[in-house]
Amino acid sequence: MSPSSATDTDVLVIGGGNAALCAALTAREAGASVLMLESAPRDWRGGNSVHTRNLRCMHDAPQDVLTDAYPEEEFWQDLLKVTGGQTDEALARLVIRSSSTCREWMKRHGVRFQPSLSGTLHLSRTNAFFMGGGKALVNAYYRSAESAGVAIRYATPVDALEIADGAFVAARAGGERFAARTCVVASGGFESNREWLREAWGRNERGEWPADNFVVRGTRYNMGVVLRDLIAKGADAVGDPTQSHCVAVDARAPLYDGGICTRVDCVSLGVMVNRDGERFYDEGEDFWPKRYAIWGRLVAMQPDQIGHAIIDAKAIGRFMPPVFPGEQAATLQELARKLRLPEAAFMKTISEYNAACRVGTFDHAVLDDCRTEGLAPPKTHWARPIETPPFSGYALKPGITFTYLGVKVDRHAAVRFAGRPSGNLFAAGEVMAGNVLGKGYTAGVGMTIGTAFGRIAGASAAQAAHGAFDAAA
Amino acid sequence: MRPLEQLARDAEALAAGDAVGEVARQMQICNACRYCEGFCAVFQAMTRRLAFPAGDAHYLANLCHSCGACLHACQYAPPHEFAVDVPRAMARVRLRTYADYAWPRAFGVFYERSGLAASLALAFGLALFLVIALAMHGRLWHEPAAGAFYAVFPHNLMVGLFAPVFLFACAALGVGVARFWRGQSPGAATGEAMREAAGNALSLRYLDGGHGEGCNDEDDRFTLRRRRFHHFTFYGFLLCFAATSVATVYHYAFGWQAPYALTSLPVLLGTAGGIGLLIGPAGLWRLHARRHPLHDDPAHKGMDRALVALLFFTSATGLALLAWRETGAMALLLAVHLGFVMALFLTLPYGKFAHGVYRAAALLKWSIERRQPSRLQLGPE
Ligand SMILES: Cc1cc2nc3c(=O)[nH]c(=O)nc-3n(C[C@H](O)[C@H](O)[C@H](O)COP(=O)(O)OP(=O)(O)OC[C@H]3O[C@@H](n4cnc5c(N)ncnc54)[C@H](O)[C@@H]3O)c2cc1C
Ligand code: SF4
Ligand code: SF4
Repeated sequence: MSPSSATDTDVLVIGGGNAALCAALTAREAGASVLMLESAPRDWRGGNSVHTRNLRCMHDAPQDVLTDAYPEEEFWQDLLKVTGGQTDEALARLVIRSSSTCREWMKRHGVRFQPSLSGTLHLSRTNAFFMGGGKALVNAYYRSAESAGVAIRYATPVDALEIADGAFVAARAGGERFAARTCVVASGGFESNREWLREAWGRNERGEWPADNFVVRGTRYNMGVVLRDLIAKGADAVGDPTQSHCVAVDARAPLYDGGICTRVDCVSLGVMVNRDGERFYDEGEDFWPKRYAIWGRLVAMQPDQIGHAIIDAKAIGRFMPPVFPGEQAATLQELARKLRLPEAAFMKTISEYNAACRVGTFDHAVLDDCRTEGLAPPKTHWARPIETPPFSGYALKPGITFTYLGVKVDRHAAVRFAGRPSGNLFAAGEVMAGNVLGKGYTAGVGMTIGTAFGRIAGASAAQAAHGAFDAAA
Repeated sequence: MRPLEQLARDAEALAAGDAVGEVARQMQICNACRYCEGFCAVFQAMTRRLAFPAGDAHYLANLCHSCGACLHACQYAPPHEFAVDVPRAMARVRLRTYADYAWPRAFGVFYERSGLAASLALAFGLALFLVIALAMHGRLWHEPAAGAFYAVFPHNLMVGLFAPVFLFACAALGVGVARFWRGQSPGAATGEAMREAAGNALSLRYLDGGHGEGCNDEDDRFTLRRRRFHHFTFYGFLLCFAATSVATVYHYAFGWQAPYALTSLPVLLGTAGGIGLLIGPAGLWRLHARRHPLHDDPAHKGMDRALVALLFFTSATGLALLAWRETGAMALLLAVHLGFVMALFLTLPYGKFAHGVYRAAALLKWSIERRQPSRLQLGPE
């Protein structure tokens, strides 16, 4: 069956976040008729993109909100480092180059930028912040899409795709069937799917299912249904299916959509203990922005998947204020009781730590010379005794940001079946981010990938709908 | 009697505490997020703080003008369980600011009651009173009188009526704003800070939304409508005030008595101002009626509309008086106009007008504060 005879839709976009919107807008700009299917109802539209705050941008000279320069090579080296080589250089460079020009396009569609937020000076060179954050960006794109005539269906989760010979035919959602000449899949990863996370993280030596104690930092709508369906129907996969980006967040965070504000940024100023009152990792290994992403996994490996960040009065006012107030106590014993930690073990940990501190010149802005001596694990910077009341403690648990498993694509964003690019099925955003970001993370790269590939996929799909797409080109 | 009074006062304190506590709760979430920093000064002032006790909540609330930008941009807005709705939370506290800092304190309750109906009833009541008074003296209908206002109401009578009310309004708002200032004192004002704050107030700087495209009205789209209509209203009011001031100088310094020629300064200023006070309030009314329901505190509605309605009708009756001052209806028109002016002045210190005064003070606080180094030393996060 020829798909073009059955439908008026040139491009069907599955998803409703940044990548989907970039694809829909680009396809529409190229003259295609576009229908977007968003799983979430209108109030919850936009996926994880509503929780974002910036994208990473290459630039050779200072720009409106970006200081200094961030050349292509440096961006590439950063990516190479965080992924440990699990990236595709050609696709990565495509993304990096497109990040140097995409902001003008974004502005045309109503996205506004602001200087880096207070407390994020370290990103002012590399990352352009969205004014009002990702939800304001998503709102602007939806307004632009609506006024350009993109048709949008909310509350329409796609269950399955009809694929014939590597070609997209139609999507099914509930009892409905949506045929289209071409399709862009931009439906995110599977981070909201608790069953799948459970399976991916497996069971540990204590017999626990660690993922049962996780919270999902973003949307509840990224169930990975289309991703799983695509892979089952022969699409080539990329990225480690067992891996996810995972940070330590306040244990009181909601099960979904806690977003950025549930982070607790005081770990490097104090110590972290587990359920048994014991330390388990060097809290001062490196600057917090470079380390915060490893603590999710570290906490996930502790019994009950819980950690407690402990600080004293000296730390107050030196870290981003957390969303929930910590437990406070005038003595460490009282704090242990409030946090339900075994008092004796906890007191032993703290006094050993305090005794091991070799305080030099404390400076949180550099890798200072305050460290512990003869302590395992050590604290290599910012080590000061925890002795000044009041003491505070924050319970932390792992929060999943996104998953790495995706479908393999080429530079046209075409999905590949057994190495052969599809002529009319494309993917963008988190569902294919694994091509560029096989593991690790560097701030803002998710939106950079989604914006670049969203626009590529939209352009390819519009071309294919008009019979002008050459998959081999 | 006493327990009831006590009960009422307790309920009020509870409401105030609630409103302030709610701002503190939401600001703690915002402070951990900060995505909205570019929209307005509220978030920049917030990042200089870790806690939000009452004085700070009042300060931040009056830095907010409930433009709605941060509501539509908020990933924690309802239906999210965090239910962050900064414009509404701030609006609720502003109502408490006016009431709690009011002078005399007991008059604070007027803010909650200064609804549209009450204000218009007062205006019409006063107008009716004056009309009846004239009618009883047989002076309501007269030969075309060439605008001889003082033949209807002697100048001294008018001054005797309006000057005390006006002075009282100034005193009441002055005491209120002084209390507000002490609630959270940022330190001494420098000339630079005062210039900046005045500039911000006069240009409605923060009504540009931080990106120059304005505020939100009914949805997440930005428009400059609110800023423009507010400008018409504010400068219309100033022009009318200037017209009255010039006329006062004419009267006392030069002995020139009203009516003044159509081309005279007071009439030109008053006419321009009057037109501004028709366009501005009408526009604001319309925007208000169509605003997104979550932008504002429903308890504000009456107060907001009362002021724009009074301004509109004061101007309309004033312009009508100008148009027909040479006719036999002059006395009637004058009585009605004076009724509205009197109602406006009487409600001035206990209605939405307070917003202008408290907001100007909050802007000055911000201009002072932002020149000081932050007390926090948030490390690289
Ligand atoms: C708290 C948090 C903060 C982040 N901050 C940043 C940041 O500052 N910068 C950055 O670059 N990245 C950030 N990220 C990562 C970033 O969110 C993602 O990389 C990016 O949003 C991916 O965009 P996307 O369009 O592919 O996916 P999403 O925005 O998640 O969109 C997926 C869409 O698909 C829809 N969908 C899912 N399944 C279906 C289905 N079956 N049928 C129809 N629709 C479906 C969803 O409802 C959703 O609308 C952050 C992530 C989180 C959780
Ligand atoms: S209003 Fe929402 S998005 Fe804006 S700073 Fe506050 S919590 Fe963040
Ligand atoms: S409603 Fe507007 S003025 Fe008020 S805090 Fe939000 S962005 Fe600022």
